[in-house]
Amino acid sequence: MISIRNLSKAFKGQSVLQGIDLDVQPGEVVAIIGPSGSGKTTLLRCLNLLEEPSGGRIQVGGIEIDADRPLGPQQGLIRKLRQHVGFVFQNFNLFPHRTALENVIEGPVHVKKEPRERAVERGRALLAKVGLAGKEDAYPKRLSGGQQQRVAIARALAMEPDVILFDEPTSALDPELVGEVLATIRSLAEERRTMVIVTHEMSFARDVANRAIFLDKGVIIEQGDARQLFSAPREERTRQFLSKFLGDAR
Amino acid sequence: MIETSLQLALDSAPFLLKGALYTVILSLGGMFFGLLLGFILALTRLYAVAPLRGVARVYVSFFRGTPLLVQLFMIYYGLPQLGIQLEPLPAALIGFSLNMAAYTSEILRAAIASIDRGQWEAAASIGMSKVQALYRAILPQAARTALPPLGNSFISLVKDTALAATIQVPELFRQAQLITARTFEIFTMYLAAALIYWLLATVLSHFQGRLEARVNRHEQDA
Repeated sequence: MISIRNLSKAFKGQSVLQGIDLDVQPGEVVAIIGPSGSGKTTLLRCLNLLEEPSGGRIQVGGIEIDADRPLGPQQGLIRKLRQHVGFVFQNFNLFPHRTALENVIEGPVHVKKEPRERAVERGRALLAKVGLAGKEDAYPKRLSGGQQQRVAIARALAMEPDVILFDEPTSALDPELVGEVLATIRSLAEERRTMVIVTHEMSFARDVANRAIFLDKGVIIEQGDARQLFSAPREERTRQFLSKFLGDAR
Repeated sequence: MIETSLQLALDSAPFLLKGALYTVILSLGGMFFGLLLGFILALTRLYAVAPLRGVARVYVSFFRGTPLLVQLFMIYYGLPQLGIQLEPLPAALIGFSLNMAAYTSEILRAAIASIDRGQWEAAASIGMSKVQALYRAILPQAARTALPPLGNSFISLVKDTALAATIQVPELFRQAQLITARTFEIFTMYLAAALIYWLLATVLSHFQGRLEARVNRHEQDA
């Protein structure tokens, strides 16, 4: 589903990602964990080219972007790739001037040119699916953070993507609202949707992800079965991170 | 005395109204072309290559930094020396539009730049092009920020159209001047003209208020 080869990213000469190789199989849920500044959000943003990689290849479905060549001429391809990749932001980034339903149908109607009636029908169903039936006409400002994030998930789903990327989807939420968003993501995992999740919710990552990746200083230190990585990490740095993180969380 | 003044005002009404028509044409034309050119200038200053950005910056600086009256004189009295002869009305329209564009471009530029980067990214993440993102996501939000200062500029423009009198446009103020020259009813005529300007400005701010309520509707609390 996703195949990344030798992905690198540098900001102003400073290397953020170095030679990342990553494959995601259809139906797989991959959690990316790591200390802040490790490059995990940058890696996720590179997957749909919100961040321009400095080099490497990114393939999603049948679409391949070659970041070793100039990206300018590949813009059309990049837009096509993004239609296959849903993205859920830490800060939701809903369109504040559009209602929940309008947010959800924006992509289908104006990018995919789906007939409006059908998009509305699907949009209502998607909002119901994330537990927001009855909120179709609410503007984002009137929704809680948890509700906004669920609208954002519905907006991503509306594009019928091959894979959904989550960038710390609960980090901007009040603690009591985290659960509802995690439950929504969990239900998507149960449908065997392909997802890549950057998260600090370690127990969630352990329970929901098939595979976990530990990233530090722009390099994949360790990856493998999620339960195994959390319970018995092979690498010393993973161990340190996990124990420190669990320590901090208390 | 009052009766004759009233009679005079009524007698002059057709002339004043004809002048007001020019005032409206100059105002609406200046707004329309000023907004159009201002939008292009704003996008140029935000997204174009460096040399074009520089040109736009100098343009804005010049038209904001020189008197509108001087600009009108340059266009109407100055350009003929370069072989470009313009009728009063087109000359005034061009002058007001060019001047207006400098102000609207600054307003639009600031409003567009104030929109969070996350909005561009959200639009990109569902596959929108930059142009689509601009029209569907950014501009509707930028309009909220831009409307109040745009309204101020437009109201200033309505009043500034009186300057067109100096380049022979038979607009409201000019008509009032012509009538006073004939009748010596100076106070009455200028008061009548002032009231018409006031009315036009009031109508404009009424529309501005309705437009603002419209773009702000998602901000209202339950």
